[in-house]
Amino acid sequence: MLSRTAENLYWLARYVERAEYLARTIEATLRVTALPNAYIGKTNEWDSALLTAGVSASFYEVYQEADERSVVDYLSFSPSNPSSIRNCIENARLNSRSVRTALTSEMWDTINSAWIELQEVWGKGTKTREELARFLRFVQETSLRFDGSAYRTMLRNDAYWFSRLGLHLERADNTARILDVKYHVLLPEEEHVGGPLDYYQWTSILRSVSALTAYHWVYRETLKPWLIADLLILNDSLPRSLASCYGNLVRNLDQIGVAYGRQGAAQRHARGVRNRLEHSHMDDIFQHGVHEFIQEFILDNGRLGEIITKQYLI
Amino acid sequence: MAVAFDEMNGPGGDLRPAYLELSRWLKETPPDALEYRRQEAELLFRRIGITFAVYGDAEAQERLIPFDVIPRIMSAKEWAVLEKGLKQRVRALNMFLRDIYHGRDILRANIIPDDLIFQNPVFRPEMNGQDVPHDVYVHIAGIDIVRINPENFFVLEDNARTPSGVSYMLENREIMMRLFPDLFARHRVAPVERYPDELLSALRSVAPLGAAAEPTVALMTPGVYNSAYYEHSFLADKLGIELVEGRDLIVKNDEVFMRTTEGLKRVDVIYRRVDDDFLDPLTFRPDSALGVPGLMSAYAAGNITLANAVGTGIADDKAVYSYMPEIVKFYLGEEPILKNVPTWRCREPKDLAYVLDNLGELVVKEVHGSGGYGMLIGPAATKATIEAFRDKLKREPEGFIAQPTLALSTCPTCTESGLAPRHVDLRPFVLTGSSHVTIVPGGLTRVALKEGSLVVNSSQGGGTKDTWVLDE
Repeated sequence: MLSRTAENLYWLARYVERAEYLARTIEATLRVTALPNAYIGKTNEWDSALLTAGVSASFYEVYQEADERSVVDYLSFSPSNPSSIRNCIENARLNSRSVRTALTSEMWDTINSAWIELQEVWGKGTKTREELARFLRFVQETSLRFDGSAYRTMLRNDAYWFSRLGLHLERADNTARILDVKYHVLLPEEEHVGGPLDYYQWTSILRSVSALTAYHWVYRETLKPWLIADLLILNDSLPRSLASCYGNLVRNLDQIGVAYGRQGAAQRHARGVRNRLEHSHMDDIFQHGVHEFIQEFILDNGRLGEIITKQYLI
Repeated sequence: MAVAFDEMNGPGGDLRPAYLELSRWLKETPPDALEYRRQEAELLFRRIGITFAVYGDAEAQERLIPFDVIPRIMSAKEWAVLEKGLKQRVRALNMFLRDIYHGRDILRANIIPDDLIFQNPVFRPEMNGQDVPHDVYVHIAGIDIVRINPENFFVLEDNARTPSGVSYMLENREIMMRLFPDLFARHRVAPVERYPDELLSALRSVAPLGAAAEPTVALMTPGVYNSAYYEHSFLADKLGIELVEGRDLIVKNDEVFMRTTEGLKRVDVIYRRVDDDFLDPLTFRPDSALGVPGLMSAYAAGNITLANAVGTGIADDKAVYSYMPEIVKFYLGEEPILKNVPTWRCREPKDLAYVLDNLGELVVKEVHGSGGYGMLIGPAATKATIEAFRDKLKREPEGFIAQPTLALSTCPTCTESGLAPRHVDLRPFVLTGSSHVTIVPGGLTRVALKEGSLVVNSSQGGGTKDTWVLDE
């Protein structure tokens, strides 16, 4: 297939995944900020929402202070934020238009309908929290529908695999970012704090990667920071964990390698990262520093993106 | 202006036979049912994303072309005449182009003045002496046809470069079949769905001689911002070929390749929807980023077929158009089956004088114009517009031709005040391959939705209709 087509499919999936992640982050932040102050302490949750979205620096070029109104607007609708939800959907549609021939009609319909709704219903942003809640729902449903149509209607060939690569790479990046920003609430040294403050921070993290219920099913325990870290980093059965994302990245890259009869740097690099995740234990990670581990992962994940681009997309 | 010929209620108001069943059906169908279907059609078009862009209109970057649900109907007999005439005309166009870029018999016979060719900006000296596979230049032609009476078809213009609109012909039919199955059941409508197959086999048949047995065909688009982008992606999808942009292609050793995830892949035929000027920055406009450096040298080496060929613009120049009856006679030795609309060439002093004296009654067009831009419709224009045009004409007479304002035929059309006659034209699509010329029965009917308007171009507020050829 054309390199440009593969590139568009890859970015299309990334944009849709990113839009969903942003919607989840906003939702989780709204929940936590609705609690009385005594439960969440003095941290500015909106500020950390910006950090997990990776747009903190550009935000403060436009705004003075991070509060609900400004952050929701910046993350959701701002045309000047290149990865606002609106821009993600706009870009997803633009990418879809460029590769219409590689999409199934269900996938195109999902993106095109979302784009139409974005303009007609959400063109002016949201005024009330109820409207916002509906908007966030709409974004998540779009992503679910898109993912579902890809899964159910696409031929299992390179077009499908490249779109999956985009999805899992973006997902791994998002999960790693949230861990990076919140790692301090997960550190065992601070476990003795153990008060309600941390508890709500923890649930908030789990919510933004839709893993709160999963946690209870996996561990059948009250929330413990190292278990949360274990779930999000090493647990292969959680779709948003780093281990699961890399399992999928390796699988999809292998399928491409087999179809093209050639393995390359991307396959090797992805396997390397996956092996490291497979052989890590939470104890070691805490010993060597969660922060360092995550930082290194984010770099490695970014590197895989570059290698894939070089090997296939240009 | 005379009362226009209505294709349903003929001269004298007699219902014409092809419309018998439709007329009956219209009487049985309540008007709000029609309106409901119309809305449904619009929704379908939007969801599928069948849009076009209007240049210089930031507000409506993607617009829908209004679709009218009342079909335009032709009898098999009418179509047979039209089909024969179209094939004849396109054969002549191809022979004319081959001659212009080779022996130039037609110039030596003094049928067309030399300077009309050599001074013409769309004449491509690069094509002199260049052979193209099977001598086919215009693989896809869109010939615009109008009627003013039941007897004759007139050619309004020939589109020999990159005619668009065929996706509407195909999608209009799909949507009509979905919305009006009952109406189809009461007619025998000749299908149009073979067009993509016919196009692909025509394109494959003209692959370079050295190409593989299964030549690789690609469709080249200027990109998502082009007004006809939807059509490009639609056709690539239906043909099952790659939709490429200039940056996807690369020329090496005078061969053309596309960049794929598995490395470079050879391309043999490019159905290009990019104008000559933008094909190759090394040969044409150096500032163009849409093209492929070296494409023209691969073309000269005979390693790639471009459809349509480079330099076909000379055949749809409106001044050359005025010579089409002579061109048909010269190459084929036959009388033209389709008539030309009488045309005054403003480059000739006698004609110019007449045109200047009668601006208020004539339609004046730029010889290189298209899309309904830059034309004057005398009877509909204000005094000031006419005077401004007069100045333009005097300054550059060779840039214009003039034609009488025709009372284009009308067809019943849904309007806010119920069914009413609106002016229409027709663009059939004529395909030329290595061995034969084919046309799917029908084409794109464009309709001027404003009462009395004669401008059917989508960029100027025109709409489309499904076109039925009855299979009797």
